[in-house]
Formats: sequence, C-alpha cells, structure tokens
Amino acid sequence: MKLTGAQVLWEALVREGVTDVFGYPGGAILPAYDAMLGYPIRHVLVRHEQGATHMADGYARASGRVGVAIATSGPGATNMVTGIATAMMDSSPIVCITGQVGSKLIGSDAFQETDITGITLPITKHNYLVTSAEDVAPAVLEAIAVARSGRPGPVLVDITKDAQQTSCEVDWDAAAPHLTEAYDEALPGDGEARDAIALINAAERPLILAGHGVMISGAEREVVALAERGQIPMAITLLGLGGVAASHPLNLGMMGMHGEAWVNNAIQEADLLIALGMRFDDRVTGNIKTYAREARKIHVDIDRGELNKNVRVDVAIAKDLRTALDEWLPHVASGNRAAWLARIDALKGDSAVRDIQNLPDDGHLYAAHVINDLWRLTRGDALVVTDVGQHQMWEAQYYKHNRSRSLITSGGLGTMGFALPAAIGAKIACPDSEVWVVVGDGGFQMTMAELATVVQENLDVNVAIINNGYLGMVRQWQEFFYDKRYAATPISGPNFAKLAEAFGIAAATVTRRADVAGAVEAARRLKRAALIDFQVEQEDSVYPMVPAGADLHKMIRRPSPIVETAAD
Amino acid sequence: MLHTFAVYVDNKPGVLNRVASLFRRRAFNIESLTVGHTETPGVSRMTVVVDTDEYGARRLEAHLYKLVPCKRVDNITAAASIARDLALIKVAATGEARTHVMQLVDVYRARIVDVSPESLVIETTGTEDKIDSLLEVLRPYGVVEMVRTGRVAMARGTPPTRRSPAPRSAPVAAETGGDVSHGSV
Repeated sequence: MKLTGAQVLWEALVREGVTDVFGYPGGAILPAYDAMLGYPIRHVLVRHEQGATHMADGYARASGRVGVAIATSGPGATNMVTGIATAMMDSSPIVCITGQVGSKLIGSDAFQETDITGITLPITKHNYLVTSAEDVAPAVLEAIAVARSGRPGPVLVDITKDAQQTSCEVDWDAAAPHLTEAYDEALPGDGEARDAIALINAAERPLILAGHGVMISGAEREVVALAERGQIPMAITLLGLGGVAASHPLNLGMMGMHGEAWVNNAIQEADLLIALGMRFDDRVTGNIKTYAREARKIHVDIDRGELNKNVRVDVAIAKDLRTALDEWLPHVASGNRAAWLARIDALKGDSAVRDIQNLPDDGHLYAAHVINDLWRLTRGDALVVTDVGQHQMWEAQYYKHNRSRSLITSGGLGTMGFALPAAIGAKIACPDSEVWVVVGDGGFQMTMAELATVVQENLDVNVAIINNGYLGMVRQWQEFFYDKRYAATPISGPNFAKLAEAFGIAAATVTRRADVAGAVEAARRLKRAALIDFQVEQEDSVYPMVPAGADLHKMIRRPSPIVETAAD
Repeated sequence: MLHTFAVYVDNKPGVLNRVASLFRRRAFNIESLTVGHTETPGVSRMTVVVDTDEYGARRLEAHLYKLVPCKRVDNITAAASIARDLALIKVAATGEARTHVMQLVDVYRARIVDVSPESLVIETTGTEDKIDSLLEVLRPYGVVEMVRTGRVAMARGTPPTRRSPAPRSAPVAAETGGDVSHGSV
C-alpha cells in the first residue's frame, strides 16, 4: 500500500512507540499535520516552538522515552534552536521534526526557507534533510535510534513539503537503522576494570561523584551498592540529584559552585574520586589546577569524548555505567572507612544545627523557606521542574529528592524559560506525578505564554514563582564582583496572580512565611493548575558560593549578621 | 605534535561539512585535510593532519566516532606509514633558465606536464619536505602559480592497513552541506 511521506512520518513514529508530540503548525509542515489526524497521536499545541522543544525535553527526562517536537520551516525551526541546544548539553533524547520548503526551492531564499540542518549541526547528535518520500522512514527511524543510543541527545529531521506530499511503498525491514557499532569497541588508551577495582580497594578516602549518567544508564541501585559495599560516601552533581536518595546516609549532597561546603572540602581531601556518569563541568570543579590534587581519579562515561577532557584521570572507562558497575561489584572489597566518614562529619561542623527548618520566623520570607516548606508539604515526593538562577540553586539545596528523575532542570546550557514548558512535558509523560514548577520572576516571564497550553491541555501543574524583583543570580554576581552596580537586573513584572486568573488558573500571592503552607496545600488540593506568587526577600544570595574559576575549597559563606537564616 | 588520522566516512553530501565543523567546534586546528574515494564504493577516506597532544588526539578520535556517517578512525601517527603530498608548480622559464629548471626537475624526480612559451608546469609527489625543498630552488626562477593537495597517508604492511569498512546498508537521507570536486563527500 502506498503512503504519502507525511503518513510515513506518523507511521514510523507510532511504530517506535511515540504517543505524544509537542508542536505548532505552519505552511511547510501542513501535509504532516493533515496526515496526523489519521494516527493515534496526542498533539499538544504550544504557544512558541521553543516551548515545544522544552516540553519534548521534559517529557524525555521524566520518562526516559524519546520526546518529539514538530514545527514548520523558517521561524518555526529557528525558534527550536534554544531547546535543541538545551537538550544537547543535558543529554536528553528528543527528535525534532521540521517542515522545509519544496526540494526544488531549496537554496532560492523561498518564503520561510532556512538552512536548519546547517544551523543545528553543532547542537544535534545528527540531523537529516529529507527530500523524497522514500527517505522519510529510514531517516525518522534512524533519528529515534540515534537520539536514544549511547549518550542520548537531540536529532532533527527536516522534511521538504514535496517529500511529505508524494507517495511511496515502504519496506519497513529495509528501513530499520543500522548504526555503526565501532563506538562500543574499546580503543587504545581505554582503562581496565581491574585497574579501577585495585584503586578502589586500596583507597583510604574515596568519594563517588554521581552525575546524570546514573539515571540515564539506570544504574541507581548499582551506585548505591558500590557505596554501601565499600562504605564510600557520594557527592552528587546538579543533574544527578535524585539518582541517589538524598536520605541515604552515605549521600553527602550536592557538589560544586553552590554545593555544600563539606562536600567540596571532602572532594579536596579525598585520595580517590570515582566519577560516574558526570563530566567535570567547570561549575563542579572550580579552578582545575587546584581541583582534588590529592586524589587519583577513575572516570566512567559512555561518551569517550568526555574522558580526559577537563580533568586528567588515572583510569578512563568508556562504557555504559551499569555494565561497568556490574563488572566491578563482585570484586569490590567490603570497606571500613570509619575514619574518613568521621572526618567528613567533622567537616559538616555546625551546619546541621543551623538547618533552616529549625529556625524561627523572623518576619521575612526567604526563598529557602519556601522551598523547604514545599519539600515538607509534598513529602519530598513531587516532580519538581526548575528554571535557572538563584531559585534553582535553593531548590537543589533545600528540596531533598529521594526519587530518580524527580528533578528536571537545565544544567549545562542554563536556559531561562525552561521550567514551565519542560514541566508541561513532564506532566504529560507522568500524569500521576505531582508536578511543581519552581521558577524565578525573570525566567517565568520568558515563556509564561505556555500557561495557555497548560489550560488548553487541562493539566494539573502547580507553579511557584520565587519573585524577588531582580534577575537574582546576576544581581548576586553584581553584588559580589561588580561593587553592587545593579546594571539591568531590577525587573518588574505583572501582577502574577491576576495574570494567572486571566488564563483561568487559580492563583495566590504569599508574602509571609505563615501563609506558605496554606497556599501550597490549597494548590495541591485543586485538581487543576494553580500558581503562587511568593514575594520573597529581594537581595538574598545563594550560599555557599565558589566564585567562577576560584579554588573549590575557597567558598564565600553567608555573612554572620544574618546567620540565623542560613543553612550553609 | 602533528597527528595524522585516516577517517572512513559514508560518501554522502554534507559529510565533509560535518567533519570540518567538528574540528572548528572543538577548537582543533586542521593542518591539512584531503578526501577521496576508497576501494569500497560508497566509502570515502579523509586524511586529516592536526596539531594537538596525545589527549587531544584521543578525544578527537572519540568525537569523530560520534558522527553518524563516520565508519572508522585510525590514528596512523605512530604507525610506520607512507605520507605523500602532490604539487603542481607553474614556473616562468624561458631561454637558459628553462634548461636550469629542467635539470632541477630531474634531480627531484619530478615531471614536466605542460610546456608553454612563457612557462612550465611541474608535477611532483613526495613528502612535504621534499616539495618544500623543490619549491625553494624554483622560487628564484619565478613561481607563477602553485597548488598542493595536502597530505595523504597510509600505514605500511597489512595489519594496520585494514580494508575500508563497508558502506551503510540502510539508505540514509541526503544531508545538507557543501560539495568538493571529487565525489559528493
């Protein structure tokens, strides 16, 4: 039976298990939209194509399945660029389908023509320009396979209008992808499992650094097994939060620029770092020259290109993390590292005593209070999607994630405007999860048009705006490093509660800590979307902080005059 | 130090662009890049020379493998190998100078492939050093025009010089990008 290229597109997606797509129609993708009505696909109409890519991304991160976004040529395609780059940096498997002008018009500067495969070449794992109906099936099937395989990431398929309109016979067996396996072979210079095991068994002060790869690989249990057998403490990257339960006694917490002070100090004192599915980002290492100088280093990552990139390591293993850990575990000696664990306890100092939840209400509403209350009221079980900035760091510090894939945030690219659309994707992937958006007043205003999508799709997504009237993280940098010259960081906004009501969303404004619980509980009881505008202390800062490029152990701590609000 | 890679890729439009873009994006400087068909239809071979250290070379190899159209990468820097460059050099030479130039061509085992009243075109193949040296001695006579291919290289003997990989069985959609003169890589 002959199918049009447009039908082949949907047939291929449905065969690969795709049930939901996020998109926005337009001229060059019209044939595909017309054919979509014949397939069992839920289409979510977005308000901007950037939102479609973030939704596909949130969908993928929440579920582990491939997220699909679709847009028309020209501006539809270029609006996807930020979302594609975000997915690339955070290894999120998404497939973007774009319409393209007719193949005969390519290169003629036709209406809404743009070279989207050229534009996205460095920010996709791979991309395809499809100019005939026969090529649609192999391109789409391979795109999905590439997005999922190895280190996941975004793939774009650009399909000309005539390729969507013409008909062809499809041999589905012949169209199945044949990816080169060379990637999985060991190359000269690759480390051996026995070298890693020898280092682990000999170490006195080992530390596991667990990243996003723990969840992508599905190695959550194996990492904990390694930690427990060897009595090895664990430090977690921002994107790794949730991969190991925050409540696990060997889990120290987050590392890096806004990580816990004792975690960063433990890294600097360790004699062995076991880096699992993380990539030594500059936000994690600080000054690379003084980073963990006493430590031998083992690095496992499925992307060989990450090995020996930022940090030179003693054993570099390019392998799926779970496979690697399964090989190690039988050979890891039961450890007794009481002295090392006691040393780390000493590093914690009085931090636990100053835990924010034990502090009295001094009349100010601090963002950290809001997050801490949200964590307590949702019993730590919500799927939280954060934007980028101070609120993102406070969430990472005060919302204790015990469940894998329960925190979704833009780490590598740091994309403001990510949270609301990504939460929509996450809610559609996991309809039974309680989804909270934690977002600043700046980032929210970048993509708040997607509130209309929340309403049109009738989604129960709760939004907590951490509203301090500043682009807070930039303001903090100006306070610390630019002599408090607040260039372009004070930001006004609408009355967010009234705005939400205009969209048909229940809303509340909170200015006192005493009102936090009531507003959160009301939002939770409501089985549809709700928005809370938390008007918090304006010039609060995130502590501790390792200034960009500074030594990891040289952190800025919260100044003593307001120490009663700190939990650093 | 200079590293030489033999890179086998699918012969498809846009692949050269992908490889070149990878080097640019990862801030590696290409000293020379050549590309042409192999003995296997559908597979092209690039010889890429890059100035980087051991770690850089290994990362580059890893990144090349991540390109979907890339079949195989051999770093033949350390292997015993044959490296050649080909040059066409047009020299202004009349009268007595012409005789001198022809003698130099003999000494360097180069060939004269075109003769016109005002000039000669010399073809030479060899290592970059040899061609540089020939160029040096020809310069006083007036080099009007020159073109070089850049390095092509192959490991000696059988084991490292594996056969070119097979082209991909599944047809892959045409990709975007520029063309080069030979083939569509």
